[in-house]
Amino acid sequence: MHPNRIVLIFTIMLVCQLIGEIVTRLFHWPVPGPVLGMVILFCGLLVRGSVPEEMSAVTGGLLQNLSLLFVPAGVGVMLHAQLLAENWMALSLALVLSAAITLVVTGLVMTWMARLTDRRRAEAS
Amino acid sequence: MIASPQEIWVYLATSPLLHLTLTLVAYLIGDYLYHKSGEKAVVNPVLIAIVILVTVLLATGTSYATYFEGAQFVHFLLGPATVALAVPLYRQFERVRHSAPAIVISLVAGSVTAVLSATLITWALGAPANVVASIAPKSATTPIAMGVSEHIGGLPSLTAVLVILTGILGAMVGASVLARVGVRDAGVQGFAIGLTSHGIGTARALQMSEAAGAFSALAMGLNGLATSLLAPLLMHWLRQWFWP
Repeated sequence: MHPNRIVLIFTIMLVCQLIGEIVTRLFHWPVPGPVLGMVILFCGLLVRGSVPEEMSAVTGGLLQNLSLLFVPAGVGVMLHAQLLAENWMALSLALVLSAAITLVVTGLVMTWMARLTDRRRAEAS
Repeated sequence: MIASPQEIWVYLATSPLLHLTLTLVAYLIGDYLYHKSGEKAVVNPVLIAIVILVTVLLATGTSYATYFEGAQFVHFLLGPATVALAVPLYRQFERVRHSAPAIVISLVAGSVTAVLSATLITWALGAPANVVASIAPKSATTPIAMGVSEHIGGLPSLTAVLVILTGILGAMVGASVLARVGVRDAGVQGFAIGLTSHGIGTARALQMSEAAGAFSALAMGLNGLATSLLAPLLMHWLRQWFWP
C-alpha cells in the first residue's frame, strides 16, 4: 500500500465533505454537509463499481472508533448542569421512554413492511 | 534550569495537547472496560469517557471552552467519519435497495414517533418550552439536531447533550429491546438503532454486523433529513394544540 494513496483517499473524503458543506449552504438545504458528502462518495463508489483497498482501510479505521468522536460534544453536559438538575425527571423519562418507543415502532413497522413486500413478490413470481 | 511545576501547568493548561490526550485516555479506559466486560452494550465507552472527563475538568476547575480547544481535533473527525459511512452503505447496497419501500414507511413512522414521544413526555412533566424544543430533534445526528433546535426555539448546546445521551441509550439497550419484541433481522435492528440513536447507535451496529452497520448508517442519514423537515412542522402543530 503506497502511503500517498492514503493521503489521496483522505483528500477525496474531505473534498466530498467540502462539496457537501458548500452545496447545502448555497441552496439552504436542511441536510448537514457531511451527510451530503456521504451521498456524493456513495455515488462515486456506484460509478466506480468497487471500494479501493486503501479506502477500506481508512474508512474502517475511522468507523471502528466512531464513538470516540462523540466524546467532546458529550462533555458539554457540564455547561447545562443547572438546567439538567431542574428538569432531570422530565428529561430522563422522556429520553428513556422515547428511545424505547422509537426503537420498537421503527423495528416493528419495518418488519411488517418487509413481510408485506416479500409476500407480494412471492405472489407475483 | 528546571521549570517549576507551575510553569509546566501553565503551558499544559493553555496548549491543546493536554486535553486532546486526556480525551483519548478517557476513551481508552472506557473502551478497555467495554472489552473487559465481554463487549456488553451497557458498559458504554462514550458514557464512561464523558464521566471521567467531566470529573477531571470539574476537579481542576477547567472550563469547557478550554477543554474544547484540545478536543476539537477529535470533534472535527465527525465530518469525515460521516462521509466514510458511504463505504458500508455501498457494500450493502443490494440489500438496501431490496428493502426500499419498507425503509421509506418505517423512516416516516420512526421519525414522527421520536419527535412526538420526546416532546409530549417532557411537556407533560412540566419542562419549560425551550427544554421541550431542545429535546424534539434528539434522534437526529448532532449537527442536524443543533440546527433544528435553534430553528424551533431550543438551546443548541443542550440539544447536543440530549442527542448524545439518546445515542448512548439506544446503543446500550437497542438490540435487546428489539429482540424482546421479536425483531431479530440484522438489517431491521440496524435501521431501528440508527434511526433512534444516529452515529453512536451506528458505532454499536457496526460492531454487531456489517449489514446492521450499513442499515444503521442509512437510517442515521435519512432520519437526519426527515427530522429537519418534520420536527419544525410537528412543533408548529403541537404549539397550536397544546400551548395556546
